[in-house]
Amino acid sequence: MSQDTAAGKGNLFNIISGIIILAGLVVTFLRFTQGLGGVTNLDNNNPWGVWIGFDLLCGVALAAGGYTTSAACYIFGLKRFHSAVRPAILTAFLGYAFVVFALHYDVGRPWRLPYPIFVSPGTTSLLFEVGLCVFLYVSVLFIEFTPAAFEWLGFKKIRKVVVKLTLALTIMGVILSTMHQSSLGALFTIAPSKLHPLWYSTYLPVYFFISSIFAGMSMVIFEGTLSHHYMHGLMDKTHLDEADGVVLGFARGASMVMMGYVFIKIIGLVSDGTWQYLSSGYGLLFLTELLCFVALPAMLYGIGSREKNLKLIRWTSLLTVLGIVFNRFNISMVAFNYQLPSSQRYFPSLMEIVISIFVVTLIVTVFRFITTRMPIFYEHPEYAEHEEEPAAHGHGH
Amino acid sequence: MQRRKFLGLLGAAGLMTTAVAGQAQAAGSKHFEGYPDSFGVLHDTTRCIGCRKCEAACNTVNKLPKPDKPFDDLKVLETERRTTDTAYTVVNKYETSKGLKFRKIQCNHCLEPACASACFVKAFTKNPTGSVTYDESVCVGCRYCMVACSFNIPAYTYNDPITPKIMKCTMCQPLIAEGKLPGCVEACPKEALTFGKRVDLIKVARERIRQYPDRYVDQIYGEREMGGTAWIYLNGVPSPEVGMRDDLGVASAPELTGGALATVPMIVGLWPVLLTGIYAVSKRKDKIAKEEKRQAVTAALTKAAADAEVKLSAALTKAEVENKKQIEVAVKKAVEESAKQPKTEGEA
Repeated sequence: MSQDTAAGKGNLFNIISGIIILAGLVVTFLRFTQGLGGVTNLDNNNPWGVWIGFDLLCGVALAAGGYTTSAACYIFGLKRFHSAVRPAILTAFLGYAFVVFALHYDVGRPWRLPYPIFVSPGTTSLLFEVGLCVFLYVSVLFIEFTPAAFEWLGFKKIRKVVVKLTLALTIMGVILSTMHQSSLGALFTIAPSKLHPLWYSTYLPVYFFISSIFAGMSMVIFEGTLSHHYMHGLMDKTHLDEADGVVLGFARGASMVMMGYVFIKIIGLVSDGTWQYLSSGYGLLFLTELLCFVALPAMLYGIGSREKNLKLIRWTSLLTVLGIVFNRFNISMVAFNYQLPSSQRYFPSLMEIVISIFVVTLIVTVFRFITTRMPIFYEHPEYAEHEEEPAAHGHGH
Repeated sequence: MQRRKFLGLLGAAGLMTTAVAGQAQAAGSKHFEGYPDSFGVLHDTTRCIGCRKCEAACNTVNKLPKPDKPFDDLKVLETERRTTDTAYTVVNKYETSKGLKFRKIQCNHCLEPACASACFVKAFTKNPTGSVTYDESVCVGCRYCMVACSFNIPAYTYNDPITPKIMKCTMCQPLIAEGKLPGCVEACPKEALTFGKRVDLIKVARERIRQYPDRYVDQIYGEREMGGTAWIYLNGVPSPEVGMRDDLGVASAPELTGGALATVPMIVGLWPVLLTGIYAVSKRKDKIAKEEKRQAVTAALTKAAADAEVKLSAALTKAEVENKKQIEVAVKKAVEESAKQPKTEGEA
């Protein structure tokens, strides 16, 4: 009977995602025949909308689980997170790949996307920095992902070569992530007259980088929760045994980073002297973002990890992820162009939202496709990574 | 991708960003005053009558599509407008403390243009003539220039699905190159627009303020705003009253982003050292922990063995002693008994 409900769930998922993908394809056709003007609410005052605010800014921040998890495991030596690395790398790779995919909708001439790197590099631009790092990092993530594909395909030799590169790739991943996560925030430092003073700060790059750390960690917890719900059967014993430890460890880590983030946001307020805006409407928005979506989840994570309350932690991860989306929306849309009269402000069109949902659906679909075929939630029996470790442990026993 | 190639790319990224940092630093320590002898336009808003002749001239010179309402229809002025993909310049009407005022809007041709600084394909050029021009042939259409421009000038052909582009005033660069005046300046019937070398225009503006202190606010808008602009303005009222923001600051775009850009090469340089160090420390810690564990186990085993031996020998000794005692007791008993027997026998 439980199998029946699982099959029902699967069918429902297929039906819903089928409808979304169909709608997405229709809007895609309109976008490339009518131009941006035909499908978006963008205008000359509001050149960036939800495709940048959500698909790019949130996409990149929420895909940060890749570098945080692999750094924790391979650089900081927290081996107990090992089983979380592959799902995180896959999520990050798909996240970035679809960020690039979504950019094809937003930019005017997508076939020129390689231009900044190969034709006419505009090195004074922070967007150039973002573009170069995202390009390199997608490549790194792709290589980091390939061992799973090689195991699936049975390419033993090349897999061995790539596995040997793990540490180098992880370090490159952290460097590239530090650079482009922060540069995404730095994009807005060029427009102090457009972004509300509560959000504008010369520390924007630091805020974006630090928030990407707990965004990534929360996404690992959140996505793990969904995976355990829907893909439990694919997970091996190691993955299941380590899963709770990953949740607790990441919750504690995220809690501390978030406390630090609240602290540096306050330092920003003090150094820019923007206290007086806190009593305005935007102040309320700012305080909601900082207190309800960062300070509160930081506390809940702390409590959850101390009391080993996994359920609390899982709900907190959702709150944190929403907080990141809220923050990126505020910076790119709500608090951007704050000085314009409300009639000239931007609100996304239905078709813009359809494309954003379409992209998320594609990610989930591809994620399902890959995880049901390749060794992501389990170790391929022929390539058990742990084989030396039990031997080492065995020596101790 | 091979590792070497990848490292090469990363190195290239580092080099490129170093070059950027160099520029950023140059922007930080030296204030760029614009190309020497570059041109500009002085817009004296106290002289503007809102006739829209400049708009018409601009439309003709730049071969832009004809608008729905003709240029002599002044009702258009009732709503505030901005530059669009079909209008590089517009005139707006403002109710001010000194009555109705008009102001023309177009690209200000910044000395250090935010659009050019923001463009990741170098589609914008600051020409030695002072104009800022745009090259469609490399544009990706990311619209970051529109985000970056404090004056909200660049417009985009949103309805073009295949070849959308940025549209903005070129200061009539082709005409300037021929030694002619920009279309709008040529067309202005009230000399509200004066074309000339920027340095000279600033002197002219100062002189007007000195001669007519009641007519003008003591400010040349654009002299320092956003690092300075080629177009400068004289106003009869404080600038916000004619729709010009007075909170833009004097920092140019490169100064605003220079700090963030300058950090990038530092990350490329320091992160590998830091991360490899952390890795080495954690690995060493693992190794020490493993070694300690091994030693502890060995020590425990040795101790257990020693303890066992001690216990064994103690037990043996004890057993021996007890044995001895038992023997002694038995002997004693036997002796006693044997000693008793003759006695009793004797008694008996």
